[in-house]
Amino acid sequence: MDDPVVAASDLCASPRRDSVVNDMAIEVATVNGSGSQSANTVLLRSIFQMGVPVSGKNLFPSNIAGLPTWFLIRASKDGYVARKKEVDLLVAVNPETAREDLAQLKAGGAAVYDEPFGLAHVRSDVTFYPVPLDKVVARAGGGVKLRMLLRNIAYVGVLARLLELDMSEVERAIHRQFDKKARALELNLAVARSGFEYAAALAKRDPYLIRRMDATRAKIVADGNSAAALGALFAGVTVVTWYPITPSSSLVEALIRYLKKYRVRPDGKATYAVIQAEDELAAVGIAIGAGWAGARAMTATSGPGVSLMAEFAGLGYFAEVPAVVFDVQRVGPSTGLPTRTSQGDVLSTAFLSHGDTQHVLLFPGTVEECFTMAIDAFDLAETLQTPVFVMSDLDLGMNSWTCDPFPYPERPIRRGKVLSKEDLDRLGAFARYRDVDGDAIPYRTHPLAAYFTRGTGHDEQACYSERPGDFERNMERLQRKMDGARSVAPSPVVEGRGARVGIMAYGSSHHAVAEARDELRELGIETDYLRVRAYPFARQVHAFFEEHERVYVVEQNRDGQMASLVKLDLAAELAARVRSIAHITGVPLDAGSVAEELAMMEKQ
Amino acid sequence: MDRSSPLVIPSVNRIGLAAADYRGLKSTLCAGCGHNSVSERIADALHEMGVPPERVAKFSGIGCSSKSLAYFLSRSHAFNAVHGRMPSVATGALIANRSLVAVGVSGDGDTASIGIGQFVHLMRRNLPILYIVEDNGVYGLTKGQMSATADTGSRSKAGIPNELPPIDICALAIQLGATFVARSFSGDKSQLSALLRAAIAHRGTVVLHVISPCVTFNDHEGSTKSYAYMKDHDEPLQELSFVPAFKEIAVEYSAGTSVEVTMHDGSLLRLRKLEEEYDPRDKIGAVSRLLKAQALGEMITGIFFIDTEATTFLDRLNLVDGPLATLPEEAVRPSRVVFDEIMDSLR
Repeated sequence: MDDPVVAASDLCASPRRDSVVNDMAIEVATVNGSGSQSANTVLLRSIFQMGVPVSGKNLFPSNIAGLPTWFLIRASKDGYVARKKEVDLLVAVNPETAREDLAQLKAGGAAVYDEPFGLAHVRSDVTFYPVPLDKVVARAGGGVKLRMLLRNIAYVGVLARLLELDMSEVERAIHRQFDKKARALELNLAVARSGFEYAAALAKRDPYLIRRMDATRAKIVADGNSAAALGALFAGVTVVTWYPITPSSSLVEALIRYLKKYRVRPDGKATYAVIQAEDELAAVGIAIGAGWAGARAMTATSGPGVSLMAEFAGLGYFAEVPAVVFDVQRVGPSTGLPTRTSQGDVLSTAFLSHGDTQHVLLFPGTVEECFTMAIDAFDLAETLQTPVFVMSDLDLGMNSWTCDPFPYPERPIRRGKVLSKEDLDRLGAFARYRDVDGDAIPYRTHPLAAYFTRGTGHDEQACYSERPGDFERNMERLQRKMDGARSVAPSPVVEGRGARVGIMAYGSSHHAVAEARDELRELGIETDYLRVRAYPFARQVHAFFEEHERVYVVEQNRDGQMASLVKLDLAAELAARVRSIAHITGVPLDAGSVAEELAMMEKQ
Repeated sequence: MDRSSPLVIPSVNRIGLAAADYRGLKSTLCAGCGHNSVSERIADALHEMGVPPERVAKFSGIGCSSKSLAYFLSRSHAFNAVHGRMPSVATGALIANRSLVAVGVSGDGDTASIGIGQFVHLMRRNLPILYIVEDNGVYGLTKGQMSATADTGSRSKAGIPNELPPIDICALAIQLGATFVARSFSGDKSQLSALLRAAIAHRGTVVLHVISPCVTFNDHEGSTKSYAYMKDHDEPLQELSFVPAFKEIAVEYSAGTSVEVTMHDGSLLRLRKLEEEYDPRDKIGAVSRLLKAQALGEMITGIFFIDTEATTFLDRLNLVDGPLATLPEEAVRPSRVVFDEIMDSLR
C-alpha cells in the first residue's frame, strides 16, 4: 500500500492511449459539509485560468452535513457546459459511496481515491491512483483538527499533477479563495503543493490533460442566482421580500450583499428595503403592496413558495399590480427533491391562481440572461402592470458557469404608464382601468389619484361592478394586454434554417440541446433550434412550428409542460407537430440522452 | 366622556376640509350594522385630526368589515386585498411610500382565523398602521358561521352554543408587540371617537378592537356580541380625553386619578381611571387584566396598552428620505464604474 506506483501499475493493464486534451468530466464524490466546496472551486478556477472553458455542478443532498455530495467539473475545449453523462475522472473521497461511484466511471477512465478505501481491485478497465490523503495533509504540517478540511485541497494538488495543470494557476486560485484568511491560505497552499509533490510518484496512465487555451480571457465565472441578484440591483429594485427556500435563498443573499455595498448612501441611509417575511404568502403580499405603491418590488422563491403565492398572483393579474417573482425551480411535486434541479413549474405558473389568470414568464437560459432578464422582468412588470415570473432553476441558479460578462443596461428604466401630478391636473379625470391608448394597458398612479384597488369585479373607474358587460370587457382587455406581451417580452432565439426537424427548448435545457444538435448532426440528423425566452409566446414560436414537420420540445419535467403549453397556443394541425422529450431525474440534463432519444424517435 | 372634544364639530377642519370631504360611498352593508358606525367614526376622526385624505391609504382583506373601506374617505387610496393578507399588502405599500397614513380595516374572521399568521407578524414589526378589527363574532357574508372570537357558550342564530374558547385579539396584540391596543364598542360613539383620534396621533401599530354587532346573524338573545349584550356588559377601564397637539389643553383633572400620555406628535391623551390599579403603560399588567377579564367573562373596553417610545418597523429600515417609490433612476441604478468593478471581480 505504501507504493502507489506499484499499486497502479499492477492493477491497470491498459496501455497509455492518445491524450484527451481539454475535454473531460471530473466527478468529486465527497461528503456534505466536509468543506470540499472551496477546494472544488479552486480546481474549477485553475482550469478556467488555464483558458479552458469549464463549468461546475454541485449535486448536493438536502442535508447540512454527512450525506453524499458530488461535484461535477466539465472542461470542454468546444465550450460545452451541460452535464456530461459519463465520468472520465473520479475523485473518490466518500467511503460510503466509493464503490457505487466507481461503477459509474467510464471504461478507460481514471480514479483518484483515498488509499485506505482499497478500491484498486474493484475494476480492471480503469486507472487507479490511490493517494493517502491524510499523509499528504500531515506532510504539509496540517494538524489533525483540520485534516478533514485539508484533504480536499490535497486531491486538488494531486489532480494538478495528473492533469498537468500549471501549479502557479492553482496557487493563484487558492489565493483568490482564501484571500482574507491568512492561516487558511498558508495551509491550503502547503497541502496543495504536498499533493502535487506526492503525485509526482504516480505513473500517469490515463489520457486526460489540461493544456493552456485562450478561450476564457473575456469570460467570467458566475452562478445564475448572483447574476439575477445583480440584475435586480441594476434594475433599480427598491423592495425585496423573501422567505428562505432552497435553491432561491442564495439569490436574495447575494442581492443583500450587493445592496449593502452599492445602495447605501454615505449617511447610512438605504435606497432599498429587504424584508424577510413570515412565509411566501406575506413575501408576495409585501411585494404586491410595494408594487402597488410604486416600488420596484420583487421576491424570490421556488416551487413550494410559488404554490403558496397563487392567490396573490391572481390578485396581481386582476388588479394589475406589478411585481417580479424569481422562481428558482427545484424538483416537485410537494417538497420533492429540494436540492435538485427541474423545469417543473412552467405550466402551473403560467396560469397560477384560479379563474382565467395568465402570467408573463421569462426563461433565462444562461447566467448572462439571469442578469438581463432580471432587468427585463422589472421593466415588463411595470410596463404591463402585472406580476412577471423569472423561471430560473437550481442548475442555472446555484452552479458555476463560464459565461460572457454581462452588458451594462443602456436602456433607461421603464416605469410604464404612470400619471404624474401634472398629468392628473391637466387631465382632470382619471379612470384606472380605461384603455386610453388601444393597447389594453391602462394608466396608473403611484398613488397620486385615489382609486380603489380590488380583487373583486370592477369597471373602468375601479368601482365594484357585477354588470356582465363590465366584467367581460375587463377580462377581454386583460387578454389583449397579455397578447401584447408576446411582442414586448424577450423574443426567441432561432438557430439554423431549412431543416425539417426542429427542436424547441428553454432555460437550462439549452446547454444539453446545443450539444445534442452537434451529436445529431454527426448521426446525420440536421435540426433547427428555437429557444423560447418568454411566455406568452412570440409569433416566431408559431412560425417555427409552421416551418418544421416535427418539433421536439425538450425539457426537464415528467409531463412535457412546455409541450402542453405551446399546444394550447397552436392551431390543431400545428399542435400535431409537437413531440415531447421530457425527463426529470433531478440531475441536470445531458446532451447524450437528448440526442439518443431524438434519434430513436426519428427512426420510428 | 370625551370632555375635551368640541361639542360642535366645526364645518371645516384645520386644513380647510369639510366633514363631507371624508365621506365615502353609500354603504351596502345591512341597515344597523355596527361597521357603518365605525366607518363614520373613522371619517370623523380623520377629519377632526385634519389628516389630508390624499395621504391616507386604506387597506382591507375580505369580509363585511373589509368592504367598508369604500364607505369612508373616497378621496383616499385603497387596496381591498385577499382574505387575511391585508397586513402584508399594507407593509409593502408603507415601505414603498412612508408618507402614507395607513388605515387597515379587518374583521374577526379576516384577523383571527385566516389572517392570524399575518396579524401576528404585523404586531411583531410595529408597523405604523391603524389596524381596526370590527368584531361581530360571525362570518356575515357567508351567512352566520361562528368565528374564532366567538365567546364560549355564545349561541348562534340557530341556537347552537360555541364550544371553543375565543381568541383575545387584544391580549395577543399586546404580547406580540403592538404599541397601542384598545377595545371599544361601535355603539359607544364618544369612546370610539376619542380612541380613534388618539390612535391617529400614535406612531406604531395600533390595534383597535371594536365589538361591532352583526344585526343579521349575531344580534339575538344568547349572543355575547349583540347590541343588548354590549350595552349591559361594556365596562370601560377609563374615561378618555384626547387633546390634539394643535389644540389648547382646557380641562384639568385632579392629580392621582388620571394617567397622562404624551403622544408622538405632541398630542395629549388623558385617561381618567375607572379602575384604580390599572396603568396602560404596564405591558404585563395589561395582558394579566385581559386574561382575568376572560376568566371572569367581563367585557372590558378602553386603552389596554400604550407605548409611545417603541421603534417602528419603518424606522428600523433606515431608509432615505422621501418614498422609495419615486426615487429617480440615478439613485437606484449604480453607475457603470460600479458595474465594471463587479464584472472584474468575477473574472
